[in-house]
Amino acid sequence: MRRNKNVVGIGAVALTLGLAMSACGTTDDDDGNGDSAGGDGAACDVSLAFFGPETGPAAGLGQPIIQGAQLAIDEYNADAECEVGYELYDSQGNPDQAPSLATEAAGQEAIIGIVGPAFSGESDAAGPIFAEAGLPTVTPSATNPTLADNGWDTFHRALGNDATQGPAAATYIRDTIGAQKVFVIDDASEYGAGLAGIVEEDLADAVVGTDTIQAGDTDFSATVTNVNDANPDTIFFGGYYAEATILIGQLRDGGFEGDFVVADGVKDPAYLEAGQDAEGTTITCPCIPDTEPQVAEFAEAYEAEFGEAPGTYAAEAYDAANIFLDGIAEGIDNREDMLAFVNEYDEAGVTKQLNFEENGEPSEVHVYSYKVEGGAIVPEGEIS
Amino acid sequence: MNFDLLFNNFPEFTIGGLAFGAIYALIALGYTMVYGVLQLINFAHSEVFMYGTFAMLWTVVALGGAEADGIKLIAILAAALLAAMAMSAAIAMILERLAYRPLIKRNAPRLIALISAIGASFVLAELMGLRDRVAGWFGLEDNLDDYVRGARINNSMAGVVDDAPVYHLFDVRIRLIDIIVVISAVAMMVVVDQFIRRSKLGRGIRATAQDQETAALMGVNPTRTIQWTFLIGGLMAGVAAFLYMLKIETTKFDVGFLLGVKAFTAAVLGGIGNLRGALLGGLVLGVAESYGSALFGTDWRHVIAFVLLVVILLFRPTGLLGESLGKARA
Repeated sequence: MRRNKNVVGIGAVALTLGLAMSACGTTDDDDGNGDSAGGDGAACDVSLAFFGPETGPAAGLGQPIIQGAQLAIDEYNADAECEVGYELYDSQGNPDQAPSLATEAAGQEAIIGIVGPAFSGESDAAGPIFAEAGLPTVTPSATNPTLADNGWDTFHRALGNDATQGPAAATYIRDTIGAQKVFVIDDASEYGAGLAGIVEEDLADAVVGTDTIQAGDTDFSATVTNVNDANPDTIFFGGYYAEATILIGQLRDGGFEGDFVVADGVKDPAYLEAGQDAEGTTITCPCIPDTEPQVAEFAEAYEAEFGEAPGTYAAEAYDAANIFLDGIAEGIDNREDMLAFVNEYDEAGVTKQLNFEENGEPSEVHVYSYKVEGGAIVPEGEIS
Repeated sequence: MNFDLLFNNFPEFTIGGLAFGAIYALIALGYTMVYGVLQLINFAHSEVFMYGTFAMLWTVVALGGAEADGIKLIAILAAALLAAMAMSAAIAMILERLAYRPLIKRNAPRLIALISAIGASFVLAELMGLRDRVAGWFGLEDNLDDYVRGARINNSMAGVVDDAPVYHLFDVRIRLIDIIVVISAVAMMVVVDQFIRRSKLGRGIRATAQDQETAALMGVNPTRTIQWTFLIGGLMAGVAAFLYMLKIETTKFDVGFLLGVKAFTAAVLGGIGNLRGALLGGLVLGVAESYGSALFGTDWRHVIAFVLLVVILLFRPTGLLGESLGKARA
């Protein structure tokens, strides 16, 4: 029996080798043709991958990113000889699952570019693995500033980080709202606490109190009492929509009537579950509204493909995927060349001029404000 | 430590703590009764509660609670209370039938029943979290869109009870809803306590808790008694779900987990197996969390809850009121 098993094992290895070799053969053939679309000499047998939540509690934020990148790849594939593959690595937005998933993605040689990781926490967990594998990543949505300080040369960000969003939120609270007394709440997450800290620092004396809640909690009566004690005219919350939905409801029930300002983690239709209580909430976001003229064409194509308006970060994901696709069109078929290509990239994207600084941060950043009006998230314009 | 905040807002923190503690207590009742009778921790009880919150939400949506006010709103809420109780009781009975009775019949060790409970808890929570796909199997996802949409996000009945009166008593802002939550929870606990003490069925439950075999010899049907225990626990979880939705207005498929852990803590704190202990444990836990949030910040509330549990168990290993009372009288 034992012997037989070994024979089967050897057989399996031989079979795998054979398959691998035949796969190589195909590559050579395609290269030989040399007339693949997307420009002469476009690379073959390469894939891009999405890394982030496809399912799980934050799936709502992952969906537009998945679809934005999908659109870019579909457009490329439409007139390309060799189709670019698209893999989904579903982390559920969970930092605990990220490392093993990143290792899995790094092991797939065909994957030469990652759109993601979507969130800051999972970026932190997966970043070292991508850096070691030399697999370039462009995140369309992770905004924690410290991610760029790790020295991962594979890390790139297609949008402004919280260090730019935080001051913009603070500017909005101080200048547009004209707040005198601000209460700052965060959810103790990598993203929320970082953002709240920046807002708190920027507003300095105007901050009359702070509190930290726990993600997953549903009873915020102590926070409400804390807020009522400080009697602020504006509240800033750094965190995600799951808690924001409940928090604003309880704050309104508790008698708070001032302005409620949140950041991009709340910019999701799920936040509108809060109904009347969410009305008038301001949401800051480094994501471009689809009403801006330069994204109109993208928004149209997106809606035609998926039957819905582009969600948060769909345009950023589209841009991120297009950077990689431009490289593939030029014939790049390995991670090393792709990394060099992304580092040198300087083209106009849908959302902004796409160009990365040494640490992977975008050289151009815009932050926009949105408002909840009539049960919808409506863009207000750029915060300057 | 922020003593000023606590002392300046002492009544608000107390009311907030009591209201949530009362909900803990009602859920804790289910843990404590099942433990009293079966010496088994029914970890799936948190899902019994969670299904109740959804029954409440769905009833309000189905009857158009968002537009209703006055008498009509009260009628809708009454229907929602009954629906929540019915749903929770039904889930509790199904649990007993499928997850426990087969094991108890075969005299399986308690540990096996515990694993069965944890498994049942996951199954129930994920069924709710995947309800859009379950509806999809039957081709009903369009018809039931109002009920299955957003299966994995917060589902809210925001705005339904927003007009509830608010009272001002010496500068203290009190919501009618908080008062309703505390009073109805305590009233329900008293009713159950008296029922267990005075009724024939209650005597049967107490007898089974003391010694199942002897009770059976005296003519108490153990299977029926266990069923009744689950039923009462389920009904109370339904009331808890109703009060929770009045106060928080939002639920989610995994909402039971944290509340279940806290309610179980409350049961242990008061002395598991002891009905009055569940009430006391729930209220003490709720108030301690509220005061702790004021002193150390809201992010410390779970730390405070469990430090309190450890400290109390160090000095009173059987909980505040003791397990023995439960053995003798519950």
